[in-house]
Amino acid sequence: METHGFAFLAPWLVFAPVVGLLINIIFGGWFMKQPWGERAIGAIAATASGAAFVVSALLAYTVFAGHGELARWTLGQWIYIGDLKLDWTFRLDSLSTTMMLVVSGVGTLIHIYAIGYMHEDVRFKNDIPRYQRFFVFLNLFIAAMMILVSGDSYMMLFVGWEGVGLCSFLLIGFWYDMDTLGRSSWANSNAAKKAFIANRVGDFGFLIAGFLMFWRLGSFQFDQVFAAAPTLAASDHTTIILITLFMLIGVAGKSAQIPLYVWLPDAMAGPTPVSALIHAATMVTAGVYLVTRSAPLYTLVPEAQYIVAMTGAVTALFAATIAVGQYDIKKVLAYSTISQLGFMVAAVGMGAYVAGMFHLITHAFFKALLFLSAGSIILGLERGHHHLAHGHGHGDHHEEVFDPGDMRNMGGLRKTMPVTFWLYMIGTLALAGIVPFAGFWSKDEILLDANLHYTGVYWILTIAAFLTAFYMGRQIWMVFFGEARHEAAAHAEESPAVMTVPLMVLAVLSVLGGALNLPFEGFHNLTHWLGHTLGEVEVMPLNWVVAGASTALALTAIFLSWWIYGRNPLKAGQPDPLKKPLGLAFTGMENKWFVDEGYWFVIVDRYVDISRFLADKVDWEFWHDWFHEKVIAGTYNWLSNIALNEVADQKGIDAFANFLGKATQWLSGTTRKFQNGFVRSYALSVFLGVVIILGYLLLK
Amino acid sequence: MSQYINPSDLTTILPAIVLTVWACALLVADLFIPHERKGWTAVLAALGLVVSLDITLIQAGGTSTGFKGMVTLDGFSTFLNALLLVSGLFGVALAYGYVRRMGLERGEYYTLLLFSVVGMMLMVQASDLIVVFIALELLSIPLYVLAALNVRQIESEEAGLKYFLLGSFSTGFLVYGIALIFGATGSTSYSGIVTAASAGTSSLLLTIGAALLLVGFGFKVAAVPFHMWTPDVYQGAPTSVTAFMSSGAKIAGFAALLRVFALAFPTLTADLTPILAALAALTMIGGNLIAVSQTNIKRLLAYSSIAHAGYILMAFVPYGNPQVMPVSVAAGLFYLVAYAVTNFGAWGVVIALEKQGGKGLEISDYAGLFWKNRPLALAMTVFMLSLIGFPPTIGMVGKFYLFRAVIDGGFVWLAIVGVVTSLISAYYYLRVVVNMFMQEGEPQTGSEFWVNFTWGLTALMTIIISFVPQPLFAWASSAVLRLF
Repeated sequence: METHGFAFLAPWLVFAPVVGLLINIIFGGWFMKQPWGERAIGAIAATASGAAFVVSALLAYTVFAGHGELARWTLGQWIYIGDLKLDWTFRLDSLSTTMMLVVSGVGTLIHIYAIGYMHEDVRFKNDIPRYQRFFVFLNLFIAAMMILVSGDSYMMLFVGWEGVGLCSFLLIGFWYDMDTLGRSSWANSNAAKKAFIANRVGDFGFLIAGFLMFWRLGSFQFDQVFAAAPTLAASDHTTIILITLFMLIGVAGKSAQIPLYVWLPDAMAGPTPVSALIHAATMVTAGVYLVTRSAPLYTLVPEAQYIVAMTGAVTALFAATIAVGQYDIKKVLAYSTISQLGFMVAAVGMGAYVAGMFHLITHAFFKALLFLSAGSIILGLERGHHHLAHGHGHGDHHEEVFDPGDMRNMGGLRKTMPVTFWLYMIGTLALAGIVPFAGFWSKDEILLDANLHYTGVYWILTIAAFLTAFYMGRQIWMVFFGEARHEAAAHAEESPAVMTVPLMVLAVLSVLGGALNLPFEGFHNLTHWLGHTLGEVEVMPLNWVVAGASTALALTAIFLSWWIYGRNPLKAGQPDPLKKPLGLAFTGMENKWFVDEGYWFVIVDRYVDISRFLADKVDWEFWHDWFHEKVIAGTYNWLSNIALNEVADQKGIDAFANFLGKATQWLSGTTRKFQNGFVRSYALSVFLGVVIILGYLLLK
Repeated sequence: MSQYINPSDLTTILPAIVLTVWACALLVADLFIPHERKGWTAVLAALGLVVSLDITLIQAGGTSTGFKGMVTLDGFSTFLNALLLVSGLFGVALAYGYVRRMGLERGEYYTLLLFSVVGMMLMVQASDLIVVFIALELLSIPLYVLAALNVRQIESEEAGLKYFLLGSFSTGFLVYGIALIFGATGSTSYSGIVTAASAGTSSLLLTIGAALLLVGFGFKVAAVPFHMWTPDVYQGAPTSVTAFMSSGAKIAGFAALLRVFALAFPTLTADLTPILAALAALTMIGGNLIAVSQTNIKRLLAYSSIAHAGYILMAFVPYGNPQVMPVSVAAGLFYLVAYAVTNFGAWGVVIALEKQGGKGLEISDYAGLFWKNRPLALAMTVFMLSLIGFPPTIGMVGKFYLFRAVIDGGFVWLAIVGVVTSLISAYYYLRVVVNMFMQEGEPQTGSEFWVNFTWGLTALMTIIISFVPQPLFAWASSAVLRLF
């Protein structure tokens, strides 16, 4: 056991954030009354998350020192029913510790950033006490995510899976009583519900997969499932396909793939740190993790692998087209996230698990960077807007609705927010896949794999990559260059260090993250590291054609975006220059290809129709009006007329009814008489009991 | 001397002996504690309980008999003695501030409580009917006094006297039962009885004796129709006494009932099982039905305690079926723990709201509690849900185990009665909750540390154990297995 070094610390992955949130729940109310309260709450939450990071690092070291040997740490029995025996076991291998490091590392940075962000956000929204709640939820999320990645069985994973879903719901609906612009409405609540329901559809798939697994493979525990699967695959191929495809439904829900991706754009209703942490860097990658973890299952069924890969690829392209037509800075990033998740899912679908994980890691860095920078921009505009509102004084108190996230209100921010600008540039270049930023290496590895094995997937992903560079370029030109299109943008102010410093760390990671797995001899570090868990994976040498082509396409796309958006900067009120040449297609992109409307038309409206039909027609008109009133009551009236007035003796029935009433009264009167407070009656009751019991024994 | 008593006799009941000595010493020590510092007595009493608990747990796993087989130490007694001692601790915790607030602070309170606990523990360990009888008296007489402790309040005196009179009356049946059994078998020890009974001397006399024994225990655990003292006594006695009495006496009664029936009367199953089943059903129905019309929280909880006696009795119904019996009795033990935890919590909340002179005890006094004191109202909600048997609470887990055991034993109809009466009980328990959340009111709550501690801790236990019931159930199961 000595090789298992720090494995005993594993429970603290979960306990550390739980301790943090408990402190903030119990003492947070008191903290908030102190002048230093907000900082204390933020510091406690960030420390808790940081502690989880330290534990993750120690665990990763333990696995590393054990040469990738799988280690387990069992905390206790969980469910023992019949053949089902599940413990709460932490699984420590190179895959899970990698996920732990990403989750807690990025999570801690975002905690720190949120200290500054939420300080201002609660003031703009006029509800300072809610500050405390935010950090409680954030810590809860870290705990749930840790359960998800550290579980040793599908059921434990599912506990975390549901836990992060709950946190996502709570945090999307964090400003549940307003919309994204702070107006009183249920818009944010509805966004939260949408996310929850879409995920519920996915979870249904996951559960079916789990049930099938237990039914046919007899276990939920990873190793036992994987050990039993090949035998079953030989005799009953269909079941494995069903398991993997139902699991794909779960993946589609959590990782926002077609057809369940619709919740993720709406999820941007949550505060920006939430978008960065949960809806870009960590939670949404859980699906990718699930497929990677289930690699031994997917490898058995190439048909399912192909479906997974195509789902990812099509999602990647589809979401990228929508991103081109969005105006909200966070919506663009949201569709970009869906698209990048598509890349990852495609990768793991093709069996390129390392490439998928690699992209997952680098994406966590640069997408968190982009989201947080976007948050910095939004707050910068809020500050500018606030500044203006105060400058105008009381007389000119106009209630203009201002959307600080709309890129059409921005422009020229390069000058007012220089730090954020450079950070955003780094994130953009990483996402667009420009050498040598992190995104280039990871995306290239996916393309490389697709080029070798799945030509169709390769072409789809290449187009998506082109669009990625294009919409990111569009965003840069619209946000940072040209002239300010709104007074608020002209007066935007840079964010404080508590927000920008975590961004700088993420920026450094976004630049250097590619070093994890450079495609040169001797640098395949991640491949070898994950190989301990995933088995020996094919080592991909760099293919200069693929790499060159993707770089050339990315540069072309950026140039094209400059041609359209940078050369002649957008003026206030001017429509998007793409609108005219693309016509209807752009309207489609702008309106998300009307998918939401389609869902409303096909599912929600029909559901409401069915409910209406059941309520109005079946329940009320048929059941109440016709069956109860006509059939039952009518028949009864008819019978009673005959029975009471014509056939039966009215007095007889009456007498019986009266007798029932009298009997009840008598019974209650008698019991009341017994419970009269007199010891003699109580003793009588005991005595009667004895008599009855003895009577029974003697007479039976 | 040594031919009468040897050291192993003493170690068999060491926790009880220690507690007895401690209680006697406490009586003396109390004389030197000034009146304004009577809290020390409580602390010393608690210390004694902790010491005894410690010894009990150290002895866990050991088995021995003492005093020529009149007392037994085994897993069963360890489990229940631990539960009784913890109940005693809760009883002290609830009394600590309450007796001062109500002007009842007297040293005897805690001494009496300790003696009563000793009686309960002996009852658990007894393996001879004579010991059962002595233990029963030892646990009852302090309770009679405690119930009447608030002499300035006529209801309290009345409660004590009623409890005493009816207790004596029913103990009469018990003693008569013992006499008949002795007459039929020539023995009062369980092993002697069962030897005689299986040798073929099973007679009507023995059966009637056993039935009379059932009456005596039925009185202690408040089974219908021997329950009528319960509401009056629970209402009149000081609330801290009621809390202790409703858990402790019930645990002891069931323990003795179980040991006697399982060890001495396994041959009488055919005769006794229908009676047990009928008692259980009657108790569930009666307790829950009458509870519906109560408006006073103490009376409500009294009927609730009657109803729960019915649920626990269910566990004993299949006692003659060797396949089902261990599981069903383990379920009964688990339910005893569930009931004790929830019950102490609920009474703790009642104490937190009670005012001088019996005020603050109507259910309407709980109106709006949630808006005044959220933790307290939430805790009470947890207890009410647990008493209904609603997840995620320990009460639900307990009922689940119980109903399953009863169904396995072939008494489906009894399980149906249990479920239906649970449904009825939701009506009156939820009325308390509705009052707390949905009615307007200005309730005033006290804030005494140990009372808060009690309801806080029990509320947490109520929820936490419901998520991890397995260790407790496993302990209960092993306690039952060691019974034989």
